[in-house]
Amino acid sequence: MIRLKDVEMEYENGTKAIKGITLTIEDGEFVFLVGPSGSGKSTIIKLLTGEVEPCAGRIMINGFSVSNISERQIPLMRRTLGVIFQDFRLIEKKTVYDNLSFVMRAVGAGPKEIRKRIPYVLNLVGLEKKADSYPTELSGGEQQRVAIARALVNNPNTIIADEPTGNLDPDRSLELMSLLVKINQLGTTVVVVTHEKDLVDRFGKRVVTIDSGHVVNDSVGGYVGGNIHG
Amino acid sequence: MAKHEFRYFAHEGLSNMFSHGFMSFAAIGITVACLLIMGTFTLVAVNANELLRDLEQENEILAYVDDTYTEAEARALQSKLEAVPNVASATYISKEQAMEDFTAQYPGEALFQDLDPEILRDRFAIKITDLRQQSRTVQQVKNLEGIAKVNAYEEIAGGFITVRNVATVVCVALILILFVVSVFIISNTIKLTTFDRRDEIAIMRMVGATNGFIRWPFVYEGFLLGFLGAVIAFGLQWALYAAVARGVDANDALQLIQVIPFSRLWAPVAAVFAGAGIIIGVGGSLSAIRKFLQV
Repeated sequence: MIRLKDVEMEYENGTKAIKGITLTIEDGEFVFLVGPSGSGKSTIIKLLTGEVEPCAGRIMINGFSVSNISERQIPLMRRTLGVIFQDFRLIEKKTVYDNLSFVMRAVGAGPKEIRKRIPYVLNLVGLEKKADSYPTELSGGEQQRVAIARALVNNPNTIIADEPTGNLDPDRSLELMSLLVKINQLGTTVVVVTHEKDLVDRFGKRVVTIDSGHVVNDSVGGYVGGNIHG
Repeated sequence: MAKHEFRYFAHEGLSNMFSHGFMSFAAIGITVACLLIMGTFTLVAVNANELLRDLEQENEILAYVDDTYTEAEARALQSKLEAVPNVASATYISKEQAMEDFTAQYPGEALFQDLDPEILRDRFAIKITDLRQQSRTVQQVKNLEGIAKVNAYEEIAGGFITVRNVATVVCVALILILFVVSVFIISNTIKLTTFDRRDEIAIMRMVGATNGFIRWPFVYEGFLLGFLGAVIAFGLQWALYAAVARGVDANDALQLIQVIPFSRLWAPVAAVFAGAGIIIGVGGSLSAIRKFLQV
């Protein structure tokens, strides 16, 4: 479960990105986080992954209190999350298989576990035949599916996707979002940051709208409000 | 650490080293150069120290016994002299023995052959433990009842000490400077690797890898660079030392210098080179990786 209570966040340059947000995301939920550029969506992601600390308020993620987490606990908290980025962030000189195996090794998985888990995850994202390919040999949609597989491979409680369709055409975006829904149906909490209104409306999931550092709408069924393209 | 983890770290460290071949070569080269310079100066200092110790042992103070003392009374002074702090040994030399030694220096010279030993004094040849305290020891010997005069070569003793002190200071200063230079170069080599792998490190941190896990491949790389440098430096040091020792042995003008055989020195040299190489390598890699591990 993710819980933000009266969270405020101000960067060192004085920019107040988050101004008192309270938000709860239950286990197994699928939530779209939408809002215009500069609304504070990315800051929320950074707060959830422990990259930045809140100036005020409390953040609980999958049993960890991020607001006063110790340095030793940060890796443990991050193991409960799988993060997907707009620019995929795959290691180009590693094959698809190695891109997944190195993140499993990073959390201490043994060779047997790696050999068993990776084919399962690649099968889930439909890339079982691309294990030996390098990222540069794949299309944008395939690369993003590798990124999803990498986020899933350590079996996290929550997937956080930051603009995952930003570099994809509409068909690939739809395909990718369907995949995230499928993953959610298997029990993983999914939080997707996006500004693609059509996509949000199509899935009828919970939508939390952020604007100027505040939650301005939290409803189910589609985007409600003004222009989210900023 | 699990076996599969160790294998992974070793593999990553090794491949990091080869992926920046030129920088790795430079890092190993600079480590070799630094260890070789450090080693050479240290070995010179060790040999100089040994030579000085020999000279120290040969340095004698002569304490002359009062003319009025009989031989028995003079010999009785031995225990008093040996009781003086810093006196290693006191050897009695009778006036007859002293005369024999003196005339032996001028064989065939009639002028010195018929001298009466009574013109000389009974004396003690004293060896001391610590040259630095020679002045105080000489004073204490002078104060003994029955000792008429003391001859000591304090300037020579002072010269020995100065040479040894300068050699030690130069050696320590060089070691410190070269150590810092080596760490800096290795640190920069590893920084290049970490920069090249910054995306990988960011992803590892994002998926929850501990700092220890991220650090190990780089530490292993630094270890390998330092250790390889130490092995090469040891081989070169051995060859250089053997060549210099042969040169000194073959040179008639340097007959007084006894070079310590390398067979007596190789073990400490190997241990110090390996230790210094590893400390330089691991220290350099830890300093390079530090900023990438800030959460």
